[in-house]
Amino acid sequence: MRFFSRQRHAVRSLKLNMITEKKRQILIFLIFAAAVLAAPYFLKGNYLLNVFVFVGINTMLAIGLNLLLGYAGQISLGHAAFFGMGAYISGIITARFPVDPFLVMILAATIAGALAFVIGSPILKLKGHYLAMATMGFGIIMYIIFNETVDWTGGPSGLSGIPNLHIGSLIFDNDLNNYYLVWLSTLAVMLLSINLSQSRIGRALRAINDSEVAARVMGVNARILKVRIFTVSAVISAVAGSLYAHIMTFIAPASFGFNFSVELLTMVVVGGLGSIYGSFLGAAILTMLPELLRVFQDLDIIIYGLMLILMTMFMPGGLISGIEAAAGFIAARMKGTKDSDAQA
Amino acid sequence: MLRLNGITKVFGGLTALEDVSFSVDGGSITGVIGPNGAGKTTLFNIVTGLYTQTAGDVYLGEKNISFFETESLAGLGLVRTFQNVELFAQMTVLENVMVGLHTGSKSGIFSCAFKLPGQIKEEKYIREKSLEWLAFTGMADMADRKAGNLPFGKGRLLEISRALAAKPKIILMDEPAAGLNSRETAELAVLIRRIRETGITIVLVEHDMDLVMDICDAIVVLNLGKKLAEGTPREIQENPEVISAYLGDG
Repeated sequence: MRFFSRQRHAVRSLKLNMITEKKRQILIFLIFAAAVLAAPYFLKGNYLLNVFVFVGINTMLAIGLNLLLGYAGQISLGHAAFFGMGAYISGIITARFPVDPFLVMILAATIAGALAFVIGSPILKLKGHYLAMATMGFGIIMYIIFNETVDWTGGPSGLSGIPNLHIGSLIFDNDLNNYYLVWLSTLAVMLLSINLSQSRIGRALRAINDSEVAARVMGVNARILKVRIFTVSAVISAVAGSLYAHIMTFIAPASFGFNFSVELLTMVVVGGLGSIYGSFLGAAILTMLPELLRVFQDLDIIIYGLMLILMTMFMPGGLISGIEAAAGFIAARMKGTKDSDAQA
Repeated sequence: MLRLNGITKVFGGLTALEDVSFSVDGGSITGVIGPNGAGKTTLFNIVTGLYTQTAGDVYLGEKNISFFETESLAGLGLVRTFQNVELFAQMTVLENVMVGLHTGSKSGIFSCAFKLPGQIKEEKYIREKSLEWLAFTGMADMADRKAGNLPFGKGRLLEISRALAAKPKIILMDEPAAGLNSRETAELAVLIRRIRETGITIVLVEHDMDLVMDICDAIVVLNLGKKLAEGTPREIQENPEVISAYLGDG
């Protein structure tokens, strides 16, 4: 009977731990959100504010890809295409017709999601390299469409005249307003993704990643779930694309090509696969790096490749895992000194 | 409970299973034994829909599940464990068991992302049920550990805990004692009996004869893809054909 009383005791202490863990996570999100929302106060008039607008958009994109790659373990080398779809659908329609751009944003997200659902069903049956090739092919096809349908997209010379978003008389045409527009959206995406990752769906996705056969035996419909998360991922990317189009007011195919798909992949891997905050970290670094490395201009794809190789070799959990390990180490050290103080 | 009718499986030119039929009584512990290459694991893979049989039918209760997809079987009350232990290595012990409740819960992507009230309630239920199952198998004190870091024996136990969380009618265990030391094997025997007491039917493929003879009510012997014999442990032990299959014709 000692066996059962010990187990009961373990269950009780675990339940307490979980409550504190939940509180800790809420606290982390609140601190992060507060820091993000307060940042413009310190960056007033600084061009960094403009950079951070794009960090926000890229964070949203990286989270979208991370849900697919970091959680479900399915690669996509064509995610820039969904970003482009969001941007072009919003851009083309709002530049020509006086319709509510937020409605068009919903339309763009729906179309991108529907397309992801349709192509996802056959594509996600593929595994590993084959999936990478198929998604890359999709990305390239979309890139060609952005380039060649000149009547609609303006082709290689781009599409201009996209209006800024506005809510009543509040027009999102300066860095400060755009910052809040983007970051409120990004924080919402972060919160929803964190919720999702800690639910039965998130666990099922990670289960597929770890052992698809065991997940299926436990009743997880891997085929359907992969397609659904691919769709969610595309919807997030398309929303980011719409925001991007309205902020830039000018878009060109070069922003939505294969290079950008690789850049997104690098953000996710550098930040940390399967970590929502990691996606922010990866997006922040990869967005600011080119600003710092202007000298290397055309070498960016090489630098991304190098980063991917080095990260997977030396820090497969991404930078966030390094930070977590360091925090754990410091916490343990501080606890250690406290204990020895108590002894002395 | 589970009935196999004329199961035949041909891989290329190789016949792995030939006309194997037997049935498993509800609430029993049934052992499937046989020398290496007899087709035991192939049989489990067919029953769980991972392989498709060349001929024959599988019935779960009255239902013909021959061509059901793997993912639909847990919901019907059939789960399995694996010879090589298929855990979700990056997840915690508790989370592994929580995946076992996937079929027992239904919140979709939308309600999970927005944390709708029904989902919060369901999540709490999943957590508490999982902890109960971990306490049942004696692993509650390890709930926070990463499954990939568990010693092999505990991994086996976790796989069984996860299978139990799916509320099965029947569990197929593929060599549950492989790689366990004698103390762990003895504990496993106790656990398997306790699982049966909760009304769950158990089918196990096993090489450890002492364990099989000790806990099984019925035994099916396979040899070279065919059913060689079937009966109680005592009948099997005295069956001359079984003895010659195991020891060679001499």
